[in-house]
Amino acid sequence: MTVAKPLPHDAAHLHVTGQARYVDDIPTPKGTLHLAFGLSSIAAGRITAINLDAVRAAPGVVGVWEAKDLPSDCDCSPSAHDEPMLSGATIHYLGQPIFLVAATSHLAARKAARLGQISYAERDAILTIDEALAADSRFEDGPRIWEKGDAGEAIDTAPRQISGVIEMGGQEHFYLEGQSAMALPQEGGDMVVHASTQHPTEIQHKVAHALHLPMHAVRVETRRMGGGFGGKESQGNALAIACAVVASATGRPAKMRYDRDDDFMITGKRHDFRIAYRVGFDDQGVISGVEFEQYTRCGWAQDLSLPVADRAMLHADNAYHLTHVRIESHRLKTNTQSATAFRGFGGPQGMLGIERVMDHIAHDLGLDPVAVRRANYYAAEVEGGQPPAPSAPPRSLSGKMKEQDIASRGSEELAENTGAAAAVAEQTTPYGQVVEDFILHDMTDRLLDGADYEARRAAVAKWNAGNAVIKKGLAFSPVKFGISFTLTHLNQAGALVHVYQDGSIHMNHGGTEMGQGLFQKVAQVAADRFGVPLEMVKITATDTGKVPNTSATAASSGSDLNGMAVKAACDTIRDRMANHLASLHQCDARDVVFADGQVRVQGESYSFAKVAQMTYEARVSLSATGFYRTPKLSWDRIKGQGRPFFYFAYGAALSEVAVDTLTGEYRILRSDILHDAGSSLNPALDIGQVEGGFVQGAGWLTTEELVWDPSGRLRTHAPSTYKIPACSDRPDVFNVALWDGRNREDTIYRSKAVGEPPFMLGMSVFLALSDAVASCGDGYPALDAPATPERVLTAIERVRDGV
Amino acid sequence: MDITFLLNGESVELRDVSPTATLLDWLREERGLTGTKEGCNEGDCGACTVMVTDARGARALNACILFLPQLDGCAVRTVEGISAPDGSLHPVQQAMIDHHGSQCGFCTPGFVVSMAVAHLNGDQNHDDALAGNLCRCTGYAPIIRAAEAATDQPAPDWLKGTPPASLVQKYLSGGLGGRQPPSLSAPETLDELAAAYAARPDATLIAGATDVGLWVTKSLRDLDDVIFLNRCTELQQIEETDDHLRIGAGVTMDRVLKAVKDLHPSYAEMIRRYGSTQVRAAATIGGNIANGSPIGDNPPALIALGATLHLRAGDHRRDMPLDEFFIDYGKQDRAKGEFVEAVTIPRLAPGLKVYKLSKRFDQDISAVCGAFNITVSDGTVTDARIAFGGMAGTPKRAKAVEAALTGKPWSEATIRAAMARMAEDFTPLSDMRASAEYRLRTAENMLLRYWHEDQGIASNVLEVSA
Repeated sequence: MTVAKPLPHDAAHLHVTGQARYVDDIPTPKGTLHLAFGLSSIAAGRITAINLDAVRAAPGVVGVWEAKDLPSDCDCSPSAHDEPMLSGATIHYLGQPIFLVAATSHLAARKAARLGQISYAERDAILTIDEALAADSRFEDGPRIWEKGDAGEAIDTAPRQISGVIEMGGQEHFYLEGQSAMALPQEGGDMVVHASTQHPTEIQHKVAHALHLPMHAVRVETRRMGGGFGGKESQGNALAIACAVVASATGRPAKMRYDRDDDFMITGKRHDFRIAYRVGFDDQGVISGVEFEQYTRCGWAQDLSLPVADRAMLHADNAYHLTHVRIESHRLKTNTQSATAFRGFGGPQGMLGIERVMDHIAHDLGLDPVAVRRANYYAAEVEGGQPPAPSAPPRSLSGKMKEQDIASRGSEELAENTGAAAAVAEQTTPYGQVVEDFILHDMTDRLLDGADYEARRAAVAKWNAGNAVIKKGLAFSPVKFGISFTLTHLNQAGALVHVYQDGSIHMNHGGTEMGQGLFQKVAQVAADRFGVPLEMVKITATDTGKVPNTSATAASSGSDLNGMAVKAACDTIRDRMANHLASLHQCDARDVVFADGQVRVQGESYSFAKVAQMTYEARVSLSATGFYRTPKLSWDRIKGQGRPFFYFAYGAALSEVAVDTLTGEYRILRSDILHDAGSSLNPALDIGQVEGGFVQGAGWLTTEELVWDPSGRLRTHAPSTYKIPACSDRPDVFNVALWDGRNREDTIYRSKAVGEPPFMLGMSVFLALSDAVASCGDGYPALDAPATPERVLTAIERVRDGV
Repeated sequence: MDITFLLNGESVELRDVSPTATLLDWLREERGLTGTKEGCNEGDCGACTVMVTDARGARALNACILFLPQLDGCAVRTVEGISAPDGSLHPVQQAMIDHHGSQCGFCTPGFVVSMAVAHLNGDQNHDDALAGNLCRCTGYAPIIRAAEAATDQPAPDWLKGTPPASLVQKYLSGGLGGRQPPSLSAPETLDELAAAYAARPDATLIAGATDVGLWVTKSLRDLDDVIFLNRCTELQQIEETDDHLRIGAGVTMDRVLKAVKDLHPSYAEMIRRYGSTQVRAAATIGGNIANGSPIGDNPPALIALGATLHLRAGDHRRDMPLDEFFIDYGKQDRAKGEFVEAVTIPRLAPGLKVYKLSKRFDQDISAVCGAFNITVSDGTVTDARIAFGGMAGTPKRAKAVEAALTGKPWSEATIRAAMARMAEDFTPLSDMRASAEYRLRTAENMLLRYWHEDQGIASNVLEVSA
């Protein structure tokens, strides 16, 4: 049994010896060209003149392209076809690529790209939420609004009301490996592309579009990424297209990687949000009604902003049963980098809105915030909850669909799920999904007992009473995160498995490896299905020529989808082998057992390799595809009704911090985490996701601050100015455990997705800071994020003033 | 320039190398050693960390801002040379596998090299050793577990004895292939340096290249004429007298830290957070002074200490109080052809406290760096030297605050009265690191912190535990 073992990452040995190859490490053929973009130095306006003579004359330059020189619009958008690779006359943000240089070295290309002479007619840029609202600059016609019950009435008639606003910043992915791609021209105009991407199919689609090729003429390969976090779902398109355009035009291989500063300036980041709230509640803190207004800066292009903003709405409840709720979502168009996917995909932002509300209510009532949270939790696991009504048959595709990248989360829905009426059940989310797997009551008990919550609560109060300068804070936060792509048709996956005549197994699927250990988890599944040691399974690079029409490795779905697809492919082959043996032994195929590298039937035992050879000699295919589609989904995003998620993943965290009230500096003293990965496929890899996600989530809400100046220039564009957590920023004491339940839904070995949910556990740090600040006075901290030392000090002064 | 060094145990001789060719580019593009990664190209992420050994021992350095001529006479090990020639893993490599220390793997080679250097040197403060290696996947916990697990295992034989004695001898005796006479671009004595710089005053002096490196990798500047200081051992001396330390301009910050650790622990603690292990092993105190940055962390501490700066041009030497060196933003009292030779600080300054304030504790540029050297006798402030970085266009003394303290009774009332004078001394700017208001407020509060510490009130957030 290889499943559930805490095995190391499949590439760990390659990682530690420096042998693991990333795109920029692939030996380049002679004559390879290196590319760089020339970037806009203004945020909004028109190009009035462009002179690239100095660029062309620079040492090593082989070619220069402006928008007009391209074979097509070279659209890079994963959604609305609104992202030409090079800007034409119109400039949408500071850092937008205007021209493309190909040179004989990376350095030569970078140097030349700075020599463009471009004149602009500037116009006032729309940079902020307020500026966008004033100009009614937005995506979609107006705000998206979902309602359940009558929130306004419920709030107004509640015993108590409060309202407030929280601002939360965006976040740079800071994948250690910057964006990179390489295109190798093939015979007959075909193209092979190596890309650091979470979405090879989209790269294939966009390159084919750019070069007027059918998708079959483009093959994309991705062995691994040096980190993705959502930043390589759509943001690598431009580099791959640029490489393909140059390779096609010159017949030479072309490679492009962004220098780190360019990566910051060009690519999208997490959406920043402002969330205004109004809530009515009783003396125990039970919410009777709540209204949220979510405002987000989407940047200049649509990219994945609509589903991101949807997911923020979908997580406005987090773990709490809201009977009367109204969520209004504004997707604002600004002259900034186009905000994009980032671990959690809007979920963290929506969730922080309700967690702020819980914190604010507890402060208002003087209650323990844990008690307020528990009082609002969904009821515990409901057996036999009423499922949503089945969906209606899909409507035919509209003509518009053909222009879309239908494998992208940014595309429109293929089918209108009209049947997704609100389920008639006691306990539903604001969007009508029945919550029947809620396990946070037990998880909360176990976490808080194990972390000695009550005693530490008292100890923190005692410390704060006796210390004037350093204040401590302690806070708990739960996570309930919906698992599935909200664009329902993306919830599918394919796999390709070969068994060779020596019994070795070649495994391929549509998921990509960005460090999360997907390949190892799926290999563990394959080894388990055949009952062979893991070494028998070869993990191979994601390749659009092997498994077509893949979805992005995103939405935490990688092992859920690809694990099931690989299982299906393996079982097909295993059944064929079993059938052959059964026919030889004149028995039932179900009596053939695959285990321990052996195949046993009727008291006889063959090596797996022998059975592979026998099956081959019997002229039975040892190759199979596998396919999986997630069941039970049905979702209408316009109405905000249905079952967008197959299930929920849960987690809970308790963090303690210390704050210096003279400077606002702080440390995370301790964090305890209990996380639900279902029946884990690999507990070591899952704990790695939890630890890493937590620290990344804490970084988002603490030191990671993106600062744009009034001209729209991002001033924090390198690790010297943009501060992700460093080694000593992890909690001094860091206890992480996995919940020991299994998924009640029929997922791969009853495991749960684990990529994104732990990110949101970092909120406990932010809330602990708020708790420490609150000890400084009577006012409510109303802390904004990221809670840099400066914001913390500002909040301390506000609290002391009793505002 | 022609240079000689050892690369993973094998000698390398390079002729006519560009003085600003980086080790990272050379490794990846010329040698095909792609284990060393480029993460940021500015010395902040550590993905390019290599082990460099010379007569001082083994150091971890960032290859992205390390120019090839700086390696002349050294031994370099990349991640490919951390495991044994037969492929056996170094204990830190095995521990990283066993403890799940890699996820995406891109930062891993840099971590492995930093860990191997710390392991070799017996450095068990893992947070410090790894402060210059960023990881975005793991949250660091498993990496620290790996570092701890490897601690007790002996350093492997293939990493021992790497100080390139044989290479240095060959180098001194004329090099492996018949070395040229010492180049004017790499003077070996102070007199040679003074002569070379007097003759070529427009040349760029390069010591650790932690700043100049970025001129090349980020500003994409071509440096026409350079003088490397790494061979000039006379510039790298620390001289101790009964009352003073004279620190050569070429002394790297890791050595400054050791030199002041017992004398000025608060200054040493600031240096611990100054850059990363890799940066401190390359950056020099002279470079940090001479570049005149308003946010350099040494000048406030040195000014508060009453440091004397020693300048030299040709055969002419002059001394000045350090604070007088900084005239205005981007302007220092340094003539053409004149260079910083050393800085002298007193051994005794029991009242010195240095406070570095930044968004992140480790390896972050200060929003404000305040240094306070206050002497109290019989309940009265007899002397106050207070200086700040990040508060003005230069590192600058807080003279109004000093005046408000001096001669006054040592009391909270005096402190608070002096805090109110801070705005007379400084009109700071707002930028991406902090607002003007925050800078002024925290500068004031640092004085209050000084008072609290003096009164024994807990005020160091780094000393608190759960």
